[in-house]
Amino acid sequence: MAEQRTPLQDLQDTGAPGTPPDGGPDAAAVRDALGVGTAVGLSGFAFGVTSAGAGLTLLQTCALSLLVFTGASQFALVGALAAGGNPFTAAAGAFFLGVRNAFYGLRLSQLLALPRPLRPLAAHWVIDETTAVTLSRPTRRSARIGFTVTGLTLYVLWNLTTLAGALGAKALGDTGAWGLDAASPAVFLALLAPMLRSTTERVAAGLAVLLVLGLLPVLPAGAPVLLSALAAPAVLFLGGRGTRRDADRTGGTTDTKPAPHTTPAPHTREDR
Amino acid sequence: MNVWIAIGLTAAGCYLAKLAGLLVPAGALERPLVQRLAALLPVALLAALTAQQTFADGQRLMVDARAAGLAAAAVALVLRAPFLVVVGAAVAVTAGVRALV
Repeated sequence: MAEQRTPLQDLQDTGAPGTPPDGGPDAAAVRDALGVGTAVGLSGFAFGVTSAGAGLTLLQTCALSLLVFTGASQFALVGALAAGGNPFTAAAGAFFLGVRNAFYGLRLSQLLALPRPLRPLAAHWVIDETTAVTLSRPTRRSARIGFTVTGLTLYVLWNLTTLAGALGAKALGDTGAWGLDAASPAVFLALLAPMLRSTTERVAAGLAVLLVLGLLPVLPAGAPVLLSALAAPAVLFLGGRGTRRDADRTGGTTDTKPAPHTTPAPHTREDR
Repeated sequence: MNVWIAIGLTAAGCYLAKLAGLLVPAGALERPLVQRLAALLPVALLAALTAQQTFADGQRLMVDARAAGLAAAAVALVLRAPFLVVVGAAVAVTAGVRALV
């Protein structure tokens, strides 16, 4: 699993300064990026099959993977169109799902420090998987390598397998029977797992699950996932109050004390 | 034609969302609270997406073979299996449960 750190990797990465470009964090970045890019890229097959099954043409299916390139939104759009939704509500649902990429971008622009002219190009690759790989890198150089290799591998494979899936959809018959609809949540879980490092992350994840499942039956498609993002500020607010109370007791201040839920360790290291 | 309108709107909207995140000035992100929020939002969204895609059937909640598939993925993750194995386990177990039930 790409983002899970073994003790050995951590040792290698902490030895980063002076590490030759072909070893340590850079090599780990390429390895993890190729792993994620390949595995998730291959799941474009499931999208191609689903989209063709929903009645979209080959050209429409491929245009989605080429131009939208954010899996959850693509699945959401195709699902809404298949269910008979009008193009505007279908697109709104897909857009709401895509809004999370803006939050990823906030984080990535800081970690990657891309030159302005490059940003419009890099933006297309700002998705769950590139973010997960980039966030887990210990140095800016390896973060950039992770982002680029994941983005490139995933973009090429996702589009090729979308094409293959759309072409092969008829041959497969009932796609549900093949279990392909479980690929997408498994991908999200695999991306999420290494992020659950502290209680704060786990509570936020748990609260988000409760929110989305509670809101799903009552709100239109797309809105529940977007509203579940409120779990993050809610947990920070509650955690902040707890920390402040502790600080009052010990006479310290919250600002000087590293909060338990600050950004995962690799990004706070000095070598960034 | 309707489908193309939906594709165009989605492509434009999703791209602008991605770009907006990257273009926000760095100064806006210096506050520790903002940084913690930006780190925690993906956690909440990914958890919600996982739950939605496992338990939602349109606007209805249901527990079906996908839940078994996700459980298999979770076990694979705990065992530190590679990414493809995690996804493959979910697909295989979901298909297996559907074939049996």
